[in-house]
Amino acid sequence: MHELGLTQHLIEIAERVARENGATQVRAVKVEIGALAGVVPESVEFCFDVCSRGTLLEGSRLEILFIPGRGRCYDCQAECTLDTYTVTCPECGGFSLERLQGKELRVVEVEVD
Amino acid sequence: MCTDCGCGPSGHHHHHSPAEQSPGRALRVEEDLLAKNNRFAAANRRLFREKGLLVYNLVSSPGSGKTTLLERTLTELQSELHFAVLEGDQQTSNDAERIAATGVPAVQINTGSGCHLDAHMIGHGMENFAELPLDIVMIENVGNLVCPAAFDLGEDAKIALLSVTEGEDKPLKYPDMFRAADILILTKVDLLPYLRFDIEQCKAFARQVNPRLRIFELSCQNGAGLPCWYDWLRQEIAAKRSLVRDDGR
Ligand SMILES: Nc1nc2c(ncn2[C@@H]2O[C@H](COP(=O)(O)OP(=O)(O)O)[C@@H](O)[C@H]2O)c(=O)[nH]1
Ligand SMILES: [Mg+2]
Ligand SMILES: [Zn+2]
Repeated sequence: MHELGLTQHLIEIAERVARENGATQVRAVKVEIGALAGVVPESVEFCFDVCSRGTLLEGSRLEILFIPGRGRCYDCQAECTLDTYTVTCPECGGFSLERLQGKELRVVEVEVD
Repeated sequence: MCTDCGCGPSGHHHHHSPAEQSPGRALRVEEDLLAKNNRFAAANRRLFREKGLLVYNLVSSPGSGKTTLLERTLTELQSELHFAVLEGDQQTSNDAERIAATGVPAVQINTGSGCHLDAHMIGHGMENFAELPLDIVMIENVGNLVCPAAFDLGEDAKIALLSVTEGEDKPLKYPDMFRAADILILTKVDLLPYLRFDIEQCKAFARQVNPRLRIFELSCQNGAGLPCWYDWLRQEIAAKRSLVRDDGR
């Protein structure tokens, strides 16, 4: 549900970057969304359509780079893929998993005219 | 799924009209979407530290008993500790009024369509308590087991509440929240005789998701477990005070 606010913020960031660089229109925005960021990419896409109207981003392309979750087990050191619902290490069954990757939620590129 | 937008997890993709063919300028950025909230949270944390405040962020689904636990706790501890409460709800000031009735200062923050409190709202909320000598600030977040997990408010800890009527598998269904919390309070244990709720199973699920969790079980109806919770609060405030003293040296 908080995708709406985050998408508005994404648009603010892209507009600011565009203005700072003397651009009048944004063509594309690239964002990274990690599997463990607690954000539904489809919701961001939907909100983007609505929220970009009347901004420098109107009609622009949203590119979402989905980052899979990766973790490491504190007990056996094995690395594994993680989603929000992973609670145990697939190797040893241990419950202590360190999150190495997948919490990303950031704007990485703005393409302007 | 996003109820604000009404879109479902259908995996649909929106096609945005591709801009003209000539290459645009690609500007590299590296800006975290939560960075703005995190900056406000850091400012709150500085303020809390300066004032030596202990701050808890209470999160749960609607109706788990957050306001009731606050009413009970404030009524019984306000003679020894100075509290203030920030109440978050989408609408109404009902909860702030319930708290104010105990005699503890309370401010309502209405988030409107927002599904969580953010650090900026908390910063402004705290302005209302600027002149008060305080020990503990309790923040009651909007009833929601999803969104508040992602937003740091500058608090010492998130306290998740789960009532025994909600089902023991909630920690597995909403792992983000139970992972973000340091403390879990199982509420309404007076109702256990009427339910098929396996409290040990629930605790085991919660610890699977977050082995660090400290768990309390209590009832505001018959008072079971409350002394344990109060003692813990007293210990935490004592620890905070000795930390503040060390800071001052
Ligand atoms: N039986 C029982 N009911 C409770 C207890 N704590 C709260 N309730 C009831 O649960 C409902 C919701 O409580 P409330 O504090 O408003 O929940 P909140 O939405 O989390 O703030 C109210 O009707 C309370 O009276 C409890 O310990 N036992
Ligand atoms: Mg309430
Ligand atoms: Zn392992």
